[in-house]
Amino acid sequence: MGGLRTAGDLVGWMQIVRKMKINEAKQYVAKKLGVDVIDLTNEEVIRSVREDLGIGVVTSVAGSPKGIRAKIKIAELLDIHINSVDLFLSQVR
Amino acid sequence: MMYGHKYALLSKKQKKKQKNKSFVGVQGAVFQKSPLAAGGNNMSDKIFIRMGDGERVKLSTAEIKEDISVGTMDAARRGRIPEMTPEEQEQLFEILADPARVVGVSPGEEVIVTDDGCSMSFYSGQDGGGVGIPMSRLQAILTYERACGADTTSMGHSDYSYKPVKPIINFEMNEYYTCSMMTTVPFFYGAQPNMGLYFQPDGPCPDPAELLLTGKIKEARQSQEEACAHLRKDLVFVGKKLAGVGCEGLNFDTCGSAGDADFLAALLALRELRREIPQMPVIMGSSGEFVIGMHGEVTFDGQRLAGMYPHEQVKVVEAAGAGIYGMAVNTNTGKSTAWNLSRAVTFCKAAVEAAQIPVHVNVGMGVGGVPMMEQPPIDSVSRVSKSLVQIGKADGL
Repeated sequence: MGGLRTAGDLVGWMQIVRKMKINEAKQYVAKKLGVDVIDLTNEEVIRSVREDLGIGVVTSVAGSPKGIRAKIKIAELLDIHINSVDLFLSQVR
Repeated sequence: MMYGHKYALLSKKQKKKQKNKSFVGVQGAVFQKSPLAAGGNNMSDKIFIRMGDGERVKLSTAEIKEDISVGTMDAARRGRIPEMTPEEQEQLFEILADPARVVGVSPGEEVIVTDDGCSMSFYSGQDGGGVGIPMSRLQAILTYERACGADTTSMGHSDYSYKPVKPIINFEMNEYYTCSMMTTVPFFYGAQPNMGLYFQPDGPCPDPAELLLTGKIKEARQSQEEACAHLRKDLVFVGKKLAGVGCEGLNFDTCGSAGDADFLAALLALRELRREIPQMPVIMGSSGEFVIGMHGEVTFDGQRLAGMYPHEQVKVVEAAGAGIYGMAVNTNTGKSTAWNLSRAVTFCKAAVEAAQIPVHVNVGMGVGGVPMMEQPPIDSVSRVSKSLVQIGKADGL
């Protein structure tokens, strides 16, 4: 689906964490992002959505969230548990 | 139509006769002579298509449709599942006959791609499909995530089996933890159960293949049961250790490569891990279209594993607790992509209909209808991907 270029990673999280089939996972993510399903792979739309939400973008913008910082926000946005996030938060709080 | 390898088997007299009505093309393929030269029918319906070994040949519309029909019938007969409908067969033909070099799904139909050590291909060699760039695992993982736009990524030991990970688990835990702080997309740790490593001379158990040759069936089964127990223990050990450093997901890849006891070990370990660490997702992928009955009698939840096809495998994988099931369908190198892909789509459709969890189809070298060669041709790979998603209704690749 394009990973960080689009919303591929977010749909992937829903498949692996909640065992959602592809259409259900897309609908869930689209609702959380406030976009249409067809725009989940629309770089022009998703780029700005990801920037606004602070969930990481594909190009390197100095100082912007990526890696664990972005995953913390992804877990909150999608309302899921991500093991690496849980471990990290347990160490900083 | 006669292909290169068949042509080579002909006698001199037969070859001379064949040459009068055909010519040898690149890679040894033998084509019919132009009908204009032969005074025959129009050749406009000839379509480029790959054989299962990657060789590009031209087949007529009728030949491709025949291969699609025979392929789906073969899958249906073996798996006792429905054939593709005539409409689906026509759709598959249209995808295969598309004149474009690369084809794809329509916007909105895209699916997720998971991988089995794909980032390793950046730095590994030919035997791993690698391009040999001197870069670290972390660099390769981040390149795959950001430069390639991967939906998910993963890391694994170079041997890509769980057994050799055990003695170096601390190294793997450190590397996984470091990487997981930098990756944004779902990040798996993957390897194969590979029960073969537990047999002598590599492991402690007598080689069942040798025991079977001497008629020692009972001893061969006992050896596999012993190896299964070792493997299960190691899978759980590695899984628990990685869970301790925040592992986002495990991949049990190519399960059943040493037969049904290998498949059983993965199922048992998966169930145990899910029971003890329910928040750690696990992908379980199979090694072939059916579970090979090297043991023949092992069961999971009362169901015999030997001979299970994808639509049956997915039910036990699901019951064990997997988040995603990776199905594999073997490619026959002597058959066309039409035949191979027709089978793969038929098996995929049945598995997806039976599944409650996402089904990702293996589309690497020599599986899922992709030709068995080191550099799978992009025309075939893209046609395979489109067909499995549009007709097979796959949740991912």
